[in-house]
Amino acid sequence: MSFENRIDQRFALLRETGKRAFISYVCAGDPEIDRCLDILRALDRTGVDVIEMGLPFSDPMADGVVNQMAAHRALEAGVTVPKVLDLVRRFRLQSETPIVLFTYLNPIYAYGFSAFHADAAAAGVDGLLLLDLPPEEAKRNCELMTESGLCQIRLIAPTTPEERMKKLVTTAEGFVYYVSREGVTGTQTSLADGISENVAAIKRYTSVPVAVGFGISTPEQAATVARTSDGVIVGSAIVRIVAEHATQGDAASAVEAFVKPLVEAVKSV
Amino acid sequence: MSQHPDSTVPDPYFADGHFGEFGGSFVPETLITALEELSSEYFRSKEDAVHQEQLAHLLREYCGRETPLYFAERLTEKLGGARIYLKREDLLHTGAHKINNAIGQVLLAKRLGKKRVIAETGAGQHGVATATVAARFGMECVVYMGAIDMERQHLNVVRMQLLGAEVRPVEAGQKTLKEAVNEALRDWVTNVRTTHYILGSALGPHPYPTMVRDFHRVIGIEARRQIQEHEGRLPDLLVACVGGGSNAIGLFHPFLDDPAVSMVGVEAGGHGIIRGQHAARFQGGRLGVLQGTKTWLLADEDGQIDLTHSISAGLDYAAVGPEHAFLQSTGRATYTYVTDEEALTAFRELARTEGIIPALESSHAVAHVCKVAPAMHEDQIIVVGLSGRGDKDVEQAARYLLTDGEKSL
Repeated sequence: MSFENRIDQRFALLRETGKRAFISYVCAGDPEIDRCLDILRALDRTGVDVIEMGLPFSDPMADGVVNQMAAHRALEAGVTVPKVLDLVRRFRLQSETPIVLFTYLNPIYAYGFSAFHADAAAAGVDGLLLLDLPPEEAKRNCELMTESGLCQIRLIAPTTPEERMKKLVTTAEGFVYYVSREGVTGTQTSLADGISENVAAIKRYTSVPVAVGFGISTPEQAATVARTSDGVIVGSAIVRIVAEHATQGDAASAVEAFVKPLVEAVKSV
Repeated sequence: MSQHPDSTVPDPYFADGHFGEFGGSFVPETLITALEELSSEYFRSKEDAVHQEQLAHLLREYCGRETPLYFAERLTEKLGGARIYLKREDLLHTGAHKINNAIGQVLLAKRLGKKRVIAETGAGQHGVATATVAARFGMECVVYMGAIDMERQHLNVVRMQLLGAEVRPVEAGQKTLKEAVNEALRDWVTNVRTTHYILGSALGPHPYPTMVRDFHRVIGIEARRQIQEHEGRLPDLLVACVGGGSNAIGLFHPFLDDPAVSMVGVEAGGHGIIRGQHAARFQGGRLGVLQGTKTWLLADEDGQIDLTHSISAGLDYAAVGPEHAFLQSTGRATYTYVTDEEALTAFRELARTEGIIPALESSHAVAHVCKVAPAMHEDQIIVVGLSGRGDKDVEQAARYLLTDGEKSL
């Protein structure tokens, strides 16, 4: 990526100050668009470094039940790809916090891959993580090629062999997302073994920052992971708070109260 | 261009699972290595004579191959046109073609050192086949099945449980086959080191569409030889139902190089081609990516997968196997649909004319034959894939067929 985008700028700043990134995940449009905007602003107030936002898909095969229900709520509330981009546009009026969209290929495919990149970048999206688009397929299908716009965030799993890891990081942009264990999102409550070894292995092959997700839900776990990586990703634990306040109550304040100690724990490292 | 080791059919997409612009391997990173291992082990096993002999032995002695190619004399007479032959996969052990693939994959699971197998199932036939081979090889077995399908195919749920499998109901979405595949994929992502996923159709990421097709090619290989024995020539038309499309691709594939043989895949027209009321992907579907493969599927303009409907749980699925998408794009095969009602009529028709109760899935193929055979010449030949038997469907069919005041079918 030739231009410096918000993700790179944020990680550069963190590097200068010797701090780790805290990356929060919510589902776009959950429980509905305006309340989601309130949640994004609440996350911003806690000082998260990157906001990862799930673009809801009807068949999220790599997501556990917490994120499945969130996508379902959002789709029931009428969320579409253009509405998600509009949500980002509205958030951007007040904030420069980097935004990564996390989703599956089909909604982007239906929108038009390259049109999506252009429109998302124009709306203020910084990165894209497509769970079911490995780089091999991106390279092979001409309609999936694009030069412009968004950082392509790459996943590395504990099942990724070292040779493949080496190849994957050559196309990594923004940060590498290390999935700390086999499984779908939101089903683990304890930290996996071998996180620090695997992060160190990835870092042997790239200078792109490595953030770790899956199975992190408490400030203690966040701090532990922050000690051996460049960033910590918390997703389903936050989505669960949204779910608890989906029908009534102030989801944004509850999310803010939940995320604040997580950010503090990561920043204390 | 690589050649099929066991045939003369050129298959330029053999090596990496891309059927022209369709197919591929669109999966999360966690599964990539397992799919690569599966793929290399599969191709190694094809070269392994001992392995192939074991597979042939099991297909013969355990599954009951070969299956007859039966001349449906009374149906032919009644329709008054082409001569109709039924490829009797309904006579296989467990009652459907699905066991060809399940037995092939369980041997691979053993080679890979996996102790646990999982499967998705729609009509329950693939679940039963998987539970059967898991019992035969002493493996732990979990089958994911939509809660709605568990209701409409209750008999098969009991069969799977009797065979020692755990059947896990899937309550997400519309609670049918697509959701069962999602849940099986989630299990696999979680337990990939110990578990093999026996995917049941010519669907999903590479190597499944290629591998599942190859396990079912035996249908077409036998039929091609048998029809020459019966008639001294090749058929004019092949007809098979297409959900994911495993029995159809198994029947079609060995005939691809015979230009005089036409082939028609029959999708589920449900209540008719109205959005959400059918599962005919070539009627109003669009190109997209679902559950690991790029193919024709039913989705809205935002890429969200549509609801589908078919009376037949095995055809009630939003995406079609990628090789069918390819055959459709080249025009080598054509695809049509029949409605629930037409399938039910054919279900009863075959029972009454031939004494064979077909699965509701296979009834779709029979229904298409009932439409086209009368217009064909008496010396033309149709081979129909009779993919499964209808015992599982009797209760459901009775509910639909018994109209007010009628006491019997």
